[in-house]
Amino acid sequence: MHQEYTIIEGDFVNAGKASSSVKKTLKQLNVDPTVVKRVVVALYEAEVNAIAHAYGGKVLVDIDEDKINMVVADKGPGIPDIAMAMQEGYSTARPEVRDMGFGAGMGLPNMQKNVDKLNVTSEVGVGTTVEMEVNFN
Amino acid sequence: MTLREIVNLLDATVHTGENRLDEEITQAFASDLMSEVLTLTDTPLLITGLCNMQTIRTCDMATLDYALIVRNKKPTDEMLELAEDNDMVILSCRYSMFRTCGILYQAGLKPLY
Ligand SMILES: Nc1ncnc2c1ncn2[C@@H]1O[C@H](COP(=O)(O)OP(=O)(O)OP(=O)(O)O)[C@@H](O)[C@H]1O
Ligand SMILES: [Mg+2]
Repeated sequence: MHQEYTIIEGDFVNAGKASSSVKKTLKQLNVDPTVVKRVVVALYEAEVNAIAHAYGGKVLVDIDEDKINMVVADKGPGIPDIAMAMQEGYSTARPEVRDMGFGAGMGLPNMQKNVDKLNVTSEVGVGTTVEMEVNFN
Repeated sequence: MTLREIVNLLDATVHTGENRLDEEITQAFASDLMSEVLTLTDTPLLITGLCNMQTIRTCDMATLDYALIVRNKKPTDEMLELAEDNDMVILSCRYSMFRTCGILYQAGLKPLY
């Protein structure tokens, strides 16, 4: 099953719409609730990052029998040092983003903790792509 | 303690989930940082000063059913609609975070960590 969502620049109110929808789908498919939580927490963090740190983008979701693959690709400033960005507590979030309840520098570490495979690629001045995979059992 | 007792202790407003007020709460977690909330594996009462759509979305993703918004902030209709869709209980009170936590701690609510 393939699903696509668009993330609109600055659209904080709708951040998490893709994750909500994926949550509903996985529930319907009777995926283990603890696995569903891991999937949607990771996807939500990636969605928020595409709004908080970039100018929006796309979410591509592929659901198989035994796993889910998620790609969040944004247009944005990119991440100059991915290893540094992955460290807990590292954040360049703007004051507006902090006012929205984000900017703890825990999003990427949260994704890492919750998924089975995480791949972050980024080109400075172009954008960032986060690919995640979670096995259902 | 029950949610109803929490409402009475804090003179809180019940925005959604009136029908769930007799449910028992044993633990609470207080934070304004949603990524911190998203690390939780347990499902305590969330006490937060953050009052926007992300408060509700975060609870949805983190499977938290109960949120208490402090500092006299009022949830928007849009927030409450989403909360209702998710069958959540949303409370608010006028006390500060520190005072709210103090009252609930004294009344026996346990910290998560
Ligand atoms: N999509 C992105 N585009 C550009 N920079 C990014 C992107 N995602 C993350 N970053 C950079 O990596 C840092 C760490 O990201 P992470 O998600 O871990 O924390 P945060 O978003 O700052 O705070 P939190 O996720 O805890 O709310 C960000 O502050 C930002 O500098
Ligand atoms: Mg983040």
